[in-house]
Amino acid sequence: MTNYSESPYTLGSIDEAVACCAPKPQLKVRALSVSYGDRRVLETVSMDIYRGCITALIGPSGCGKTSLLTSINRLTDMLPSARVEGSVCFEGQEILDTTVDTLRLRRRIGMIFQKPNPFPISIRRNLELPLREHGVRKRSERASRAEQALRDVGLWEEVKERLDSSALSLSGGQQQRLCIARALVLEPEILLMDEPCSALDPISSAVVEELILRLRGRYTIVIVTHNLAQAKRVANYAGFFWMTERVGKLIEFGQCQRLFDTPAHALTQAYVDGVRG
Amino acid sequence: MTERLFTLAVWMSAALVAVVLVWVIGDLVRLGIPHLSLDFLFAAPRDAGRNGGIGPILVSTVLIIGVTLTAALPLGLMAAVWLAEFTTRGHALGKAIRLSLDVMAGVPSIVFGLFGNAFFSIYLGMGFSILSGGLTLACMILPVFIRTCEVGLAAVTDTWRQGAAALGMTRTAAIWHVLLPAASPAIAAGMVLGIGRATAETAALIFTSGYVDRMPESLWDSGRSLAVHIYDLSMNISGGDTAADAAALVLITLIVLFNMLAQWLSDRWLHRRLVA
Amino acid sequence: MLMILSKVSSLSRWNIDRTLAPLLRMAGMMCAAVLILIVLFLLREAWPLLGNGGWVNLFSDDGWYPLEGLYGLLPMLAVSLAVMLGAIMLAGPVGLGCALFLQFYAPPGLRKSFRLLLSLLAGMPSVVLGLWGLTVLVPIIALWQPPGPSLLAAIAVLTLMIVPTMALAGAAALSAVPADLVSGAAALGMSAKSRLLYVVIPAARHGILSGVLMSMARALGETMVLLMVSGNVVQYPHGLFDPVRALTANIALEMAYATGTHRAGLFASGLFLTLLVLVLAWLAARSVRYD
Ligand SMILES: Nc1ncnc2c1ncn2[C@@H]1O[C@H](COP(=O)(O)OP(=O)(O)O)[C@@H](O)[C@H]1O
Ligand SMILES: [Mg+2]
Repeated sequence: MTNYSESPYTLGSIDEAVACCAPKPQLKVRALSVSYGDRRVLETVSMDIYRGCITALIGPSGCGKTSLLTSINRLTDMLPSARVEGSVCFEGQEILDTTVDTLRLRRRIGMIFQKPNPFPISIRRNLELPLREHGVRKRSERASRAEQALRDVGLWEEVKERLDSSALSLSGGQQQRLCIARALVLEPEILLMDEPCSALDPISSAVVEELILRLRGRYTIVIVTHNLAQAKRVANYAGFFWMTERVGKLIEFGQCQRLFDTPAHALTQAYVDGVRG
Repeated sequence: MTERLFTLAVWMSAALVAVVLVWVIGDLVRLGIPHLSLDFLFAAPRDAGRNGGIGPILVSTVLIIGVTLTAALPLGLMAAVWLAEFTTRGHALGKAIRLSLDVMAGVPSIVFGLFGNAFFSIYLGMGFSILSGGLTLACMILPVFIRTCEVGLAAVTDTWRQGAAALGMTRTAAIWHVLLPAASPAIAAGMVLGIGRATAETAALIFTSGYVDRMPESLWDSGRSLAVHIYDLSMNISGGDTAADAAALVLITLIVLFNMLAQWLSDRWLHRRLVA
Repeated sequence: MLMILSKVSSLSRWNIDRTLAPLLRMAGMMCAAVLILIVLFLLREAWPLLGNGGWVNLFSDDGWYPLEGLYGLLPMLAVSLAVMLGAIMLAGPVGLGCALFLQFYAPPGLRKSFRLLLSLLAGMPSVVLGLWGLTVLVPIIALWQPPGPSLLAAIAVLTLMIVPTMALAGAAALSAVPADLVSGAAALGMSAKSRLLYVVIPAARHGILSGVLMSMARALGETMVLLMVSGNVVQYPHGLFDPVRALTANIALEMAYATGTHRAGLFASGLFLTLLVLVLAWLAARSVRYD
C-alpha cells in the first residue's frame, strides 16, 4: 500500500485525525423518498449523518444511493421529473424547504462525482471560479485559498508549475483530486462523494482513499462506494441499501465495524458475504 | 459486364464533377490573375469598374458583414442559449421558435431582399444603406448560426452543468464561465459559416445596400458589396469581365479562407470533445 | 439559523438567474418574430395586388406585362419549374454517383479530397458560378445554337450548383445504412452493383429523397445564376435553347424600378415562391423523419 509517512499532505497524519467517538448528528434524514416521474426509486430512508465522521453507503447499483446524495444538496432540483419527499434537517434547518437558498446550501455541502468533472479551463480558474462566484473579491485571497486547497489534496507539488494549463490535461486521479480541492476551497461542512474512486485506476484510487481518510474529522463525509474493503477501511458508519420490488430501501445502518462483522439483517449478511466470497 | 459499367458510371460522375470544378476555377484563375494586383485590392474603381480596383467595395463588404455580425451574434447566441439550456424536448415555445427558424432557413435569399427593402429601407427609413443590407443579412444568417450554436451547447457534457451546480454556482455563471467557453469552437464555426454566407450573398443586397461604389462615409451610405460588384460588372458593364473575374477570385479566396477556418474550428472542437 | 436562508447578497444572485431566463427567452422570441415580420411585410407590400381576390390574376392573366396591368406568373413559374426539374434530373444521378463514390468506391486518400472538393463547390458563391456560366458556358452554347443565354445554360449551371447538396446528403444517407445489411448481402453472394442497387440504395431511400427535395428547394430559390445565364425573356419554355426568365430573376430585374401594383406583383411572386420552397423543405424534413 501507499507509504503514508512520505506524502506531502498538510492535513497531518492519519493518526492525528479526530477520532469519531462523540456522535453528534449534523444531518437528520427522516422518511426521505425520491421519485422520478411516477417511479419511486427510494423509500422512507431515515438516518443520521454524524459530524466529522465518514459515513459509507453501500448496496447494489440502482438502489438510489446517488439519488439520496443529490437530494441532500438539492441537485434534484435540476431534474424536472425528480420529486423528493420527507425531511432532511441540517443543523436545525429543513433542507427540502423550497425557500432554502440552494446556492448557499451547496456551498456548505460539497459534492464529488463518480467521473471527475473539472471544467475545461485552467487548473487555477477551476479553483478560483467558485470562490469568485461566492463573493471572494480579493485576487490574492483567492490565490492563497486555491493554493491551500491544492496542498490539502496533495496536488500542489504536482501542478504548481502548470496552474495555467488546462485541467483536462491532468490524469484521472489528479482530476478527481482537483475536484475535491475545488469543493474544499469553498470550505464546506459536509462532503458528498458518489463513488469517487470507481472511475480511477488502483493507484490513483488508493491516493484518493488516503486523502479521504485525512479529511476525516475536519469534514463530515458521506461516501458511496462499491468497494466494501474500502468502506471498511475508511468509514465510521455504514448504511446498506437494497432494492425490493424495484424500490430502494435502507436496510441497515450502524457503526461500520459492527455492520460488517455482525450484520443484523439477513440481506446485509448475504451482501457482505457474497461480495467477500 | 454490367458490373464494370456500373463502377465506371460511379467513377465517371465523380470525375465529371471534379473536372468541371477544376474547369471553373481554372477559368477564373486564368482570366482573373492578369487583372489582379495589390493596387487592384486597394484602388477605387474607375470607368464603372472596368479599370481601377475594388478598395471601396472591400470596405463596404467588411462594413456590411460587421453590421450583420453585430446584430446577429448577440441575439442569435442568446436565443441559442435559451433553446439549449432552458427548454426541454416538449417545450411549446421552444418548439415554435425552432420551427420558425427552420422555416426561415428555407426562405430564398431574394425574398430576404424584398423583405429588407420593404422593412429596413422603406418602413424604417434606412434607405439603400450598409445598415439596411447588413441587417437583412443578419436575418438571413440567424437560423444557421443559432442552430450551430445550439447543437454545440447541447453537446457539452452534463457533468459540467452538474459540477457547477454542486459548487453553488448560478446557472448564469455556469453558462458564462463554463458552458459557452466549452462550446466556443462550435460558436466560432457557426459565426464563420454565417460570415461565409453573408460574403457570398448577392440577391438580398441588391435592393437593400445598393450599388454605389464610392467609399462609404457612414453606415447610412449605400455601399456595394463584392458579390454585387461581380454581378454588376458582368451583367451591366460591357468589357467588365476581366475585372469581374479578378473580383470573383478575391471573393472565392475569402470564402475558402472562411471555410478552412470553420473546418479547423469544428475539428478542434471534435478533438476536444474526444479528449474530454 | 439564517445561514442557509437567503441573505441580501445571495438574494441578488438569485436574481441573475431569475432575469436571465426571461431575457434569453425574449431573444428567442425576437428571432421568431423576424419570420412573422417577413410574412407580414411581404403580405403588406403584395396586398394591392392580392387584395379583393386579385391573387387570381397571378394565375389567370395571360403573361407578365406589368405596363399593361397583366401579372400572370405562369410563364415564369413554368420556367422556374423547368429549370428545377432539368437540374435535378441531371444532378440527381450524378450526385448519387458521387455519393456512392464517396461512400463505397473512393480509395481512402481520394475520399477526403473529394469531400473537400464537394464542399468547395457547395460553398461557391452563386454569383461566381453565374459569372462563369455567362463568360464561358454561354458563348459555347451560342456557337452551337445562338443566342446562348438559355434554359439549357441555366440548367447546366444550376446542376453544378446543386450536385454537392445532392452528393453530401446522399453520402450521409448511405453512411446511415447499417453495415451488417451490406455484409449480409455480400454473404448472399451479391455483386457490388446489385448490393448497392437493390439493398443499400433502397435502405437509404428516405435520406436520398430528402437530399433530392432539398436540392430542388435550393434550385427553385436560386436567383443569381438564373438572372445571369438564362436570357431573361418572359415566355413559356418551348425549347432548351430559348432565352427565358424565372420567377426569382424577374424579381431581381424589376424591383429596381417597379412601383404601385407592379411592385405588389413582385412581392406576391416572392410570397408564392417562398410557399413553394417551404413545401419542398417540409417534404424533405418529413421524408427523413419517416426513415
Ligand atoms: N434522472 C433520472 N430520471 C429517471 N430515473 C432516474 C434518474 N436518475 C436515476 N434514475 C433511476 O433511479 C434509480 C436509482 O438510481 P441511482 O440513485 O443512480 O442509484 P445508485 O446510485 O444506487 O446506482 C435507478 O433505477 C435509475 O434508473
Ligand atoms: Mg450511483
